[in-house]
Amino acid sequence: MNCKGVIKLVCIMAVVATAMSFKSNTKGKFIIQFSNYVGNEKLVLDSSTYKNALGQPFTVSMFKYYISNIHLKNSNGNDYVCNNGYFLVDEEDTNSKQIVLNDVPNANYSSISFILGVDSIHNCNGAQAGALDPANGMFWAWNTGYIFLKFEGNSPASHSNGNTLAFHIGGYKQPANCIRTVTLGIKSFAIKATDNQISTLNLKADVLELFKTPVNIDFSKTSSVIDFHNAEMIADNYINMFSVKQ
Amino acid sequence: MNYRAIYIILLLFAFVTLLYSFTSENGYFTITPKDVELKIPKGFPKPVYDFKQNKITPQGFVLGRKLFYDPILSKDSSISCASCHQRFAAFAHIDHPISHGINGLFGKRNVPALQNLIWDNSFMWDGGVNNLEVQPINPITNPVEMNETLGHVIYKLQRNTEYADMFKQAFGTDKITSQQLLKALTQFIGLMVSDNSRFDKYLRHEDTLSQAEFHGFQVFKSHCANCHAGQLFTDNSYRNTGLKPDTALKDSGRAAITGLTDDYMKFKVPGLRNVAITYPYMHDGRFRNLKQVINHYSGGKLYGNYDQSINKDRGLSETDKADIIAFLNTLTDETFLHDRRFQDPNIYAVSSK
Repeated sequence: MNCKGVIKLVCIMAVVATAMSFKSNTKGKFIIQFSNYVGNEKLVLDSSTYKNALGQPFTVSMFKYYISNIHLKNSNGNDYVCNNGYFLVDEEDTNSKQIVLNDVPNANYSSISFILGVDSIHNCNGAQAGALDPANGMFWAWNTGYIFLKFEGNSPASHSNGNTLAFHIGGYKQPANCIRTVTLGIKSFAIKATDNQISTLNLKADVLELFKTPVNIDFSKTSSVIDFHNAEMIADNYINMFSVKQ
Repeated sequence: MNYRAIYIILLLFAFVTLLYSFTSENGYFTITPKDVELKIPKGFPKPVYDFKQNKITPQGFVLGRKLFYDPILSKDSSISCASCHQRFAAFAHIDHPISHGINGLFGKRNVPALQNLIWDNSFMWDGGVNNLEVQPINPITNPVEMNETLGHVIYKLQRNTEYADMFKQAFGTDKITSQQLLKALTQFIGLMVSDNSRFDKYLRHEDTLSQAEFHGFQVFKSHCANCHAGQLFTDNSYRNTGLKPDTALKDSGRAAITGLTDDYMKFKVPGLRNVAITYPYMHDGRFRNLKQVINHYSGGKLYGNYDQSINKDRGLSETDKADIIAFLNTLTDETFLHDRRFQDPNIYAVSSK
């Protein structure tokens, strides 16, 4: 083979390789960006005062929750399911509010669902790591299970010592199963990797929803839920906490 | 000094060094791969805990042992797991109805023995803990036991070069995690298997029971084995045994976990291996000896919504009672109690000082 032949061959190989690499690039990067709100205001820890549906003022000192089992639904039935993805979204940690999923197949997705909390298997599997590390303070040792959502704050309406509010909601089994699946329509949300596009979905979490619909929480009567008592009542409220931010 | 004297001194020195090498870390406390093989005793069911998710290695086991005996797990380095789980008592706490933790504070329950844990499907007297790996978080973080946080334990272990090295040997990473801490502890406590009591030998036709022991076994089978069932001597259920509720401790038992009023004062049926040496008894340690326990079941006043199966155990003869105790004594497992693998690794270092 002469010199030209070699160059031709190399060129053909390069073209084929490029074509193949394009062909295999059928998965993209998907980001879910969480923004925590109180009603229409952005959540600011400690310094801002808000009002619940009953007009009782309150401040927020801690707000964090687990997101897991993310599932993107596609009208063709080619759903994307994120297995072993457990994320702790913490208002205090900016990075934690961004969930990055690589390798999501290109498609138009019509809805997203996820568990607010941790599925029962991972509540029973023993010592976990990463977001599920019990050292993260979202774990009950004496009655094994993850705390799915922690809200702490203050309200003059609260009769607790120091007017505190403490809502630690969790539990995967009776008497309080607080695992709730949130499903949101996302109007044919496209993920395309071919042009190296990063697809970002903005989700809003509204703290106010914790304390209203279906049950309005009166801080003078309920200022803390820290075990199974009343936990499902708050869980039925927090299922309404998320919306897609346009 | 002549050459002969120097020669004798050198020889003596070599001899002492040789002796030391046999009895130190390299000898008595050495753990080989064979030492950490899990053998399922004949007649035992399939374990609940699966070591496939936590492969036992000599390094992991030795690390778990060091942690078990080290008060570094407590906030002020005063309490180790072994403070309340004594090896000679099958890792229960002899003579302590309720154990004291940090600053002399008291909890509200009797320390259980640690043995055959991988066959347990739940832990604690109320069964609130669902996996052996996460059980140690309770004593570590309980304000009246070790009063520590997992995060701070990891911090202390990470800055300790010996631990940093041992974790690396066991798990291959530089960064210590709580998962590694808990898995190492599980390797150590999970291998605590008691299967060689005289009763086990009797079942294997290697030993015989005396007439009293045999009669006690028969009475036990008809009166106690309904709950203390099988070779592990528990059906893993929760029962109200008619004990008078303690107004100071206010322990509601299983109800604290399930929220069911029916579960008030129900506690987990404990296995009975090594029972003769794990006194005192019951969830709050109210009975000093086995005789008191049997008298409670056989004729004691029963309170509350107690388990009706106790009714058939009323009115045992004094011979029956004495023979049940004779039988229970055959459950003491000297092999387990003297198993060198579970010995405090610091003891040699301490006694040689």
